[in-house]
Amino acid sequence: MATRFRRRTKLRFRFNGGYLGSSFNELLNDQCPELRPDFKGSELSAPFLSSEGTTVLALRYEGGVLVAGDRLATIGHQVASREIDKVYATDLHSVMAIAGAAGPAIEMARLLRIQLEHYEKIEGAPLELEGKANTLAQLIKQNLPMAMQGLVVVPVFAGFDLRRSIGRLWRYEPTGGRYEERDFDSVGSGSIFARESLKKSYRRDLNRSLAINLAIEALTDAADEDRATGGVDLVRGIFPLIKLCEQQGTEDVEEEEIREAYDRVVASQRLRLSR
Amino acid sequence: MSMPFYVSPEQMTQDKAEFARKGIARGRSLITLEYDEGILLVAENPLNLSKIGEIYDRIGFAGVGKYSEFDRLRQLGIQYADIQGFRFSREDVRAKALANLYSQMIGDEFNRAIKPLEVEIVVAEIGDPESPAHSANALYNVNFDGSILELEGFSVIGGANDNVKRHVEVNYQENMTLETALELGHDALQRAENGTSDLPPESLEVCLLDRSRTGRKFIRLTSPDVKEILTK
Repeated sequence: MATRFRRRTKLRFRFNGGYLGSSFNELLNDQCPELRPDFKGSELSAPFLSSEGTTVLALRYEGGVLVAGDRLATIGHQVASREIDKVYATDLHSVMAIAGAAGPAIEMARLLRIQLEHYEKIEGAPLELEGKANTLAQLIKQNLPMAMQGLVVVPVFAGFDLRRSIGRLWRYEPTGGRYEERDFDSVGSGSIFARESLKKSYRRDLNRSLAINLAIEALTDAADEDRATGGVDLVRGIFPLIKLCEQQGTEDVEEEEIREAYDRVVASQRLRLSR
Repeated sequence: MSMPFYVSPEQMTQDKAEFARKGIARGRSLITLEYDEGILLVAENPLNLSKIGEIYDRIGFAGVGKYSEFDRLRQLGIQYADIQGFRFSREDVRAKALANLYSQMIGDEFNRAIKPLEVEIVVAEIGDPESPAHSANALYNVNFDGSILELEGFSVIGGANDNVKRHVEVNYQENMTLETALELGHDALQRAENGTSDLPPESLEVCLLDRSRTGRKFIRLTSPDVKEILTK
């Protein structure tokens, strides 16, 4: 009986002896490991455990960086969701778009957002854009055991660098390697076609509306060639999502504007085919 | 063999309380005021080491006393809030639960540690009109011994704050504008026994929980902002 009284109550949050850093990720590992997925040592191969997000892209334009994604998620050859959101604002000046295993990818976007906010609150100032890109690299590296079992997350990260006053974007590989792209990039099943499309019409002096046009054109081209990419669903009124990152922050492009860009893309393709 | 002196629990508690009170009284006061569009937190603090901080979307924190101790409490609050928000949803992070946690943590230190924490803290939450059960603002003080107070309208902590408190009590009104509230805060801080009567706006630390903002309601005002509001 005596020991029962002597044992200290175990508070998760104690004034002394708790985690002292500014990383939410480390805090979770330290205090609530049960909230982390644990795939270590498991033998299963899991390609069909999670639905797949398909095509997302990012491109730089004058004044910032644009990130866009279609809305389709597939599981095998079937539609898992027609209206999935693959473009996430991770803070006021950064955006992450996901392709690959949707479940872990969405969780990663959520974790990154909390991580960036957590750091900002603890330290009293946000991370530099470079620091944010590295933070994501570490999350991806942590996901490697899951990637080995088929749950690969391949994001694009973009943001506005307040220090240099430019938009910047990065691509990642499952090992955590991160590579800065100069102009544009795309990942996911339809990315080959989106990249080809962007390659033909990309210019460094794009303005905002031309950039939106290009993004819609690239996603439409990807949807045309890749069956897993969603494109525009006129029956249900589902359009790709586009976010812009500029000096004053992140902004969602209105559906109306996306619809107009899509109409222009379709009109010019019709014209080309009728000649 | 020497015998340890017997100290009665009353004596020990009194000594600890006196020690903590003395420590807190050495610093300056901090005022929290509800105004028509939010909650204002204002303190005399010319330094970069801030006394006021953001905890979560709708929750702000302020502490007086020993910096290292209340800043650690601020960090623990952020850790708790972010984990709760991650585990459940952003709307499930509430000031009441946080104030209770603080109360337990600080009370635990007061009872067990030789030296109690020399801090007094405020947890303020702006009401959420979309949640019927939490549509009103919430304001809690937690004292050095873990005792918790639920307040309405305003709170004054820290310092030799009798004059400050009296001034706020007499002049506080519901639904003040931000300008009036900040003026009242500024005016009250100047009346502190250990303060200066001519407190420049640069040496004020001012933060708001601003209802009109989307998402994170907490905002820190810069000195030029403060100056502009005070000269209006």
